[in-house]
Amino acid sequence: MPETERVALEDVRRVAELANVDLTVEEELRMRRDLNAILDYVAQLGELDTASVEPMAQVSEVLGAPGEGGPKNVSVLRADEVRPCLDREVVMEAAPETDKVFFKVPKVIER
Amino acid sequence: MNPTTTAGSVEGIRLAIAKRETTAKAVTEIYQARIAGEDPRIHAFLSVDREYALGQAEKIDAMAEKGEPLPKLAGVPFGIKDVLTLEGFAATAGSRILEGYRPPYTATAVKKLADAGAIFLGKLNCDEFAMGSSNENSAYGPVHNPHDLERVPGGSSGGSAAAVAAGMAVATLGTDTGGSIRQPASFCGVVGVLPTYGRVSRYGLIAFASSLDRIGPFAATVRDAATVLGVIAGHDVMDATSSPLPVPDYTEQLDRYEDRGVKGMKLGVPEEYFGEGLDAEVRAAVVGGIEKLRAAGAEIHRVSLPHTRYAIPTYYVIATAEASSNLARFDGVRYGLRAPQSDTLSAMYRRTRDLGFGAEVKRRILLGTYVLSHGYYDAYYRKAQQVRRLLTDDFLAAFHEVDAIVTPTAPTPAFRLGEKSDDPVAMYLADIYTVTASLAGICGISVPCGESRAGLPIGMQILGRHFDEATIFRVGQAVESL
Repeated sequence: MPETERVALEDVRRVAELANVDLTVEEELRMRRDLNAILDYVAQLGELDTASVEPMAQVSEVLGAPGEGGPKNVSVLRADEVRPCLDREVVMEAAPETDKVFFKVPKVIER
Repeated sequence: MNPTTTAGSVEGIRLAIAKRETTAKAVTEIYQARIAGEDPRIHAFLSVDREYALGQAEKIDAMAEKGEPLPKLAGVPFGIKDVLTLEGFAATAGSRILEGYRPPYTATAVKKLADAGAIFLGKLNCDEFAMGSSNENSAYGPVHNPHDLERVPGGSSGGSAAAVAAGMAVATLGTDTGGSIRQPASFCGVVGVLPTYGRVSRYGLIAFASSLDRIGPFAATVRDAATVLGVIAGHDVMDATSSPLPVPDYTEQLDRYEDRGVKGMKLGVPEEYFGEGLDAEVRAAVVGGIEKLRAAGAEIHRVSLPHTRYAIPTYYVIATAEASSNLARFDGVRYGLRAPQSDTLSAMYRRTRDLGFGAEVKRRILLGTYVLSHGYYDAYYRKAQQVRRLLTDDFLAAFHEVDAIVTPTAPTPAFRLGEKSDDPVAMYLADIYTVTASLAGICGISVPCGESRAGLPIGMQILGRHFDEATIFRVGQAVESL
């Protein structure tokens, strides 16, 4: 177990604000407990020396380029052309509040 | 009860309809009656639409009547995990935040099933946004394991596994980000396939972690699962990460190797998957299965995947980071839930997400936001991406030595409802043998391989090279016939 707590209550509040999630007081305490438990577990990654390892963000990075042998999964960019998208009327039907052209939201400027 | 034997086979149903021995309508009604009888106890389905399914069946019957050739999945009753869209049908992703949402488009994999004549019985229960290993995170209540109703079906595709196990669907679609197809398949005693990343288009899959999410089939047999994968696989302009590689005829390849089985194949057994934490009965069943594969002519090799113990922490950093970004779209503006009576936009966002998301989803959003936040990115997110490469290199090296790797799918049989629900780290360890293949992008399958003394199913996981599903099907079919 760590000597010091990785995540303090103010960290939980800061992250919740960044993520636009409201938390009750009980939730804040529970999240602090859980995030600390998970990050203590994650800390073992520090045992590995990865100074010379390239980060891997996507599987396609390890599948090789054409002509190198092995399976090929070359990501191909599609042609930049106009294609039909979803019909506005249909999309607007799913919106909580709309004037049928725009999504309506509460006021943006907080004063 | 042996739930799996009550299911018909994909090919059997299609042929019976083609020969006019039965009708798609009659088959559909049998499965609808099973849902009505069984599902009140199991809760695999979140929604069913009797009329829609019967309408699909009528079209198949009209084709059969005219003697037209029937498509591959003609008249086969399916269930679809509720993270996949079907135009006009509720798609909750197991979350309150999407309650009432009816997507205006259909997922490519679902569209391909429909085009192949499949019948859609309904949408299947799952952990909220596919986050969980027990199905207890569904906002609509958990699924119960058909083999023991006090136990979990696994997760997150618990409904998809349980529906097949209870004979309420012939095949289903699930999704797997860290084990969410293979682990419930193991817990419910059915076959579940994790296709190679890029093999099946993700268009229409409500995203959890985009570099890991995959769609795959559940079925009672390897052959049925192979047939379904053949239908849903392939390139799709709507998913830039879907592969342009041609899709092999998986069932034709199974036929070709039926007599030879696993004779002469090299199968790797990684010691890291048989260490501390592995239940004794699971170990005995899987080791016994491996010995039978040896007796059937396979060469068994010890292989090492030395970074395995780092897979769970790596996975929970990468998956939550991606989730925190993907789930930012649920903000009460364009679809789904909106918290009423908020004075400002930012209050509306926060209250909507508070009301709409369950505890595990919030936990993962916060963890993902934390590991991506200023000052922590290099220590957590970048570090995890580096270890992801080491884990992948382990597999690439092992696949120079062997054709496939065999392991337990999960460290234990199905656990009890509530057993791990208050301890996130204990719950995450249920995925210890499955997250590795998720991170590496390779394919895998879970095939039933015995039972515990209490009668709970045990699964063997077979892992294969990128885009080499044919090999894992071949080994899987051999395990079935042991």
